[in-house]
Amino acid sequence: MAKLAKSPWLLHYDGSSCNGCDIEVLACTTPVYDIERFGIINTGDPFQADILLITGGINHQSEAVVKQIYSQMPDPKVVVAVGICACTGGVFKDCYNIKGGVDTVIPVDVYVPGCAARPQAIIDGVVKALEILQQKREAFLARRA
Amino acid sequence: MMPVISVIAYLALAPFAGALLDGLDRKLAARMQGRKGPPLLQPFYDLGKLFSKQMIAVNRVQILLNLSYLVFLAIAGSMLFAGADILMCTFLLSTADMFLVMAASCDSSPFSTLGAGREMIQMMAYEPLVLLMAVGFYLATGTFHVGEIIRAPACAVIAMPGFLLGFIFITAIKLRKSPFDLSTSHHAHQEMVKGITTEMSGPALGIVTVAEYYEIVLMLGIVALFFLNRHWWSWPLAVAACLLVYFLEVLWDNVSARVKWDTLLGSCWVATLLTGGLNGLILMFVR
Repeated sequence: MAKLAKSPWLLHYDGSSCNGCDIEVLACTTPVYDIERFGIINTGDPFQADILLITGGINHQSEAVVKQIYSQMPDPKVVVAVGICACTGGVFKDCYNIKGGVDTVIPVDVYVPGCAARPQAIIDGVVKALEILQQKREAFLARRA
Repeated sequence: MMPVISVIAYLALAPFAGALLDGLDRKLAARMQGRKGPPLLQPFYDLGKLFSKQMIAVNRVQILLNLSYLVFLAIAGSMLFAGADILMCTFLLSTADMFLVMAASCDSSPFSTLGAGREMIQMMAYEPLVLLMAVGFYLATGTFHVGEIIRAPACAVIAMPGFLLGFIFITAIKLRKSPFDLSTSHHAHQEMVKGITTEMSGPALGIVTVAEYYEIVLMLGIVALFFLNRHWWSWPLAVAACLLVYFLEVLWDNVSARVKWDTLLGSCWVATLLTGGLNGLILMFVR
């Protein structure tokens, strides 16, 4: 694996989640799943993150925040939508206050279904995101050169 | 000739040694928490990534200030490894830190401004002991010159054990270890995002990280200074002491929670008085 794929730093944002998926995301950092063994760090800083993990559907309040966080992340970057609400809006899809999944606001690279998404599925999604991150990195370096 | 070689070796090898120590730190910390942990070479992967990312510069001054932080730390370390004045080395160390404070204050993020403020409080906390320690070396060996201190007939630590204890205490601040990681933390659970490095992305953060590796080696170099003397066996002893001190810092990092700034200041000054102050007084009476 190349450099970026060996050191992906995560940023986790809760769009409007019920906290079910959030707890599963945090479970990934516990000794049982230990995502740090892949070099993954759960950072809180968009300036230093490579992967944006979003849980929950997007509503009108979180829309601006998600857009800002995404714009603050340096290239190359990928977005992972965790849980069915983040993928499509889930059971809240038709609510008057919900816009829908994360892809209604920013481009999403990996969709991780589930309610709540299991830690194994989240790790699987992040590993998929690493492949996309690597392709984006090559494109980024080619553009810069 | 010897000082030139050791300075070149420091400038070239310190980032690698620092990164390896950092990798060891993360591995050890993971094992202490019952996890497997990242590979030993993880800091190298992180650095490689940071330098290949896009740099979102907040302004043009920040990268210059970051570079000044790196350069001044490298000079401070070179002074120590060249066998020059220890007092000058400690002054340069705090000058370097001021550049980091300025780099963090020059952007508009409230988190990094808060981190810069806390960094200055940390400087106030560790500075008295660092200066006293230079005086302690003078009292114990009769010279401020590192080159002469390491040619003393006996280990400096025999005359100044208190200073070593105090230095281990404040090294936790310099290595950004809990309970004193107020301005920024290597752990994810930081109450003000990333504190002093919040607005630094990609290469800018990479520069700060390399500077931190220079700093780790410099701090351990000062620990070694407590043990080195004219006999050959003092060198393996000093290396063993450095590794032990580093292990103690990692252990302390993992068993303690972050303190508030007033506890930091109070405990550091009390520790300075009890270790360095008392040891210094005794040395002055003995002389």
